[in-house]
Amino acid sequence: MGHRDYIGLIIMVVVVALIPRLIENDYYIGILVFTALNCLTCMGLCLLMGYAGQISLGHSAFFGLGAYATGILTVTLGWSPWAAMGAGACLAALVAVVVGVPSLRLKGHYLAMATLGFGAIVHIVFVAAVNLTGGPNGIAGIPHLHLFSFELSTDKSFFYFSWAAVILGLFFALNLIHSRVGRGLRAIHGSQDAAGSLGVNTARYKIQIFILSAVYASVAGSLYANFVNYIDPGPFDVMHSVLLVTMVAVGGMHNIWGALIGAVLLSILPEFLSALSDYFGGVGISYNPDYDMLIYGGILLAIMLFLPGGLFDGFRNLLRLSFNTMDNIKKRVFS
Amino acid sequence: MAESILELKNLCKYFGGVVAVDHLNITVEQGKIISIIGPNGAGKTTIFNLITGFVRPSSGKIFYDGKEINGLKPYVIAKMQIARTFQNVQIFPQMTVLENVMVGRHVRSRSGFIFSTLFPPVFRTEEKKIREDAMQFLDIVGISHFAKNTAGSLPLGNQRQLEIARALAVEPKLILLDEPASGLNTRETLNMGKLIEKIKKMKITVVLVEHDMELVMDISDKVNVVNFGRCIASGNPIEIQSDPDVIAAYLGG
Repeated sequence: MGHRDYIGLIIMVVVVALIPRLIENDYYIGILVFTALNCLTCMGLCLLMGYAGQISLGHSAFFGLGAYATGILTVTLGWSPWAAMGAGACLAALVAVVVGVPSLRLKGHYLAMATLGFGAIVHIVFVAAVNLTGGPNGIAGIPHLHLFSFELSTDKSFFYFSWAAVILGLFFALNLIHSRVGRGLRAIHGSQDAAGSLGVNTARYKIQIFILSAVYASVAGSLYANFVNYIDPGPFDVMHSVLLVTMVAVGGMHNIWGALIGAVLLSILPEFLSALSDYFGGVGISYNPDYDMLIYGGILLAIMLFLPGGLFDGFRNLLRLSFNTMDNIKKRVFS
Repeated sequence: MAESILELKNLCKYFGGVVAVDHLNITVEQGKIISIIGPNGAGKTTIFNLITGFVRPSSGKIFYDGKEINGLKPYVIAKMQIARTFQNVQIFPQMTVLENVMVGRHVRSRSGFIFSTLFPPVFRTEEKKIREDAMQFLDIVGISHFAKNTAGSLPLGNQRQLEIARALAVEPKLILLDEPASGLNTRETLNMGKLIEKIKKMKITVVLVEHDMELVMDISDKVNVVNFGRCIASGNPIEIQSDPDVIAAYLGG
């Protein structure tokens, strides 16, 4: 982990600590909790996409597996939410093995196809397995998480908790990236043949990172269930998987910080749009949230065309360019 | 005669109906520079792919250090200390030059998935060792001043050197170089020849596939000529240059 990553982590801790002092409105704090959960899922997805070069189009299914594991185990079987979260993570890991092993042993984007089908199947199971999942009615009355004896029942307490989870997840992800294993993964992305010729067990590494990213998504899903206390199949459809991929791609998939930026921006974008709509409502321009997908699509298209490295790379190049220009000006002035 | 480190026995590889390698027998003696030459499409790269496990032989056997290695996965073969480079340079373009070589230390280090996730690099002494060792291999090929550059930004000549540094970082007993001088200018090719001789002095056996005849004849201890997947001649550079079969293969007799 480079010193820049540590500085970034510290800045994140400070910002997270300050936000509830600046924003008193519980609604916005709630949005930021959802943002944190998206960040957690997107970090896992970024490890898979940006560092191992594999795309998953079924990550909302893993998110859903975590949420439903928590819902079913706590409400129907009366487990503690922590145990349910662990069980959900194990289930997600197991499912990742089943989906990943056949498709990741091959070269190419077979994982994207496999996960696309898998995501659709899981969503149908959520809707159709009424006895288990409650079908379209979902599961209500999911208990809050307890941290020791403290119940995380308020939005603000859950805000701190969820962002602490993001920071911990980021810490683990950064450790992994800057390790022998992380280098192996990036090598696979660069050239799978060369990585293999240097002794990197490419198939095994891809499967392991897929498992890890599934666990990230599943934990985020469990936290979601604990936070909103009610789940239905709605948020776990294939479109949400695509949205997650969009977040990672927009932020910049080659850098885990980029994935975070993308997740944050696209999570708060709908709120920003509806605020704009309220503002312009007076002059007769209204905005319908149904257009959200259109806007996401437009953003993804623009990023892919003009900033293929994502916003993170874009900002970095802009900074570098402006420094270079400054240097050139200095040289000219002082010579 | 020196002990052989690698033996190809009756090795065959068919791609559909195309015969890429046809009952090939080649013996590589320890500590020597052995070249494989032949016209384009003669099956030279396929031979490397067979040895390093990227393609499985249709029939025949490959013995390395007395052990049969045909059909093993590339990463297993790398662990057995066989390293290679690629005809079209296969560096990791997004990573720095140093990081490229650090990947080469993969089989020489052990940190696993869970361990790496839980502990930051500063608490891992192994990470520091990997970095220092990688730097030494950059020194050997003479590009340590590029350590922090992005590998993709290097000119081709340096990329080829980097690929060799990365392969050396495996600490191989046997290194397979696939056209290390292709695309290089005269001076760079001379340097490449010196580097290959330096590798030989490190007691690493070299198998070289190369089209630059001057380089091949200068540094090889033994040359094998391959045409249509068969070895048509084998001997020291002087013998090869006067072999009628070889002249026919090259001039299309």
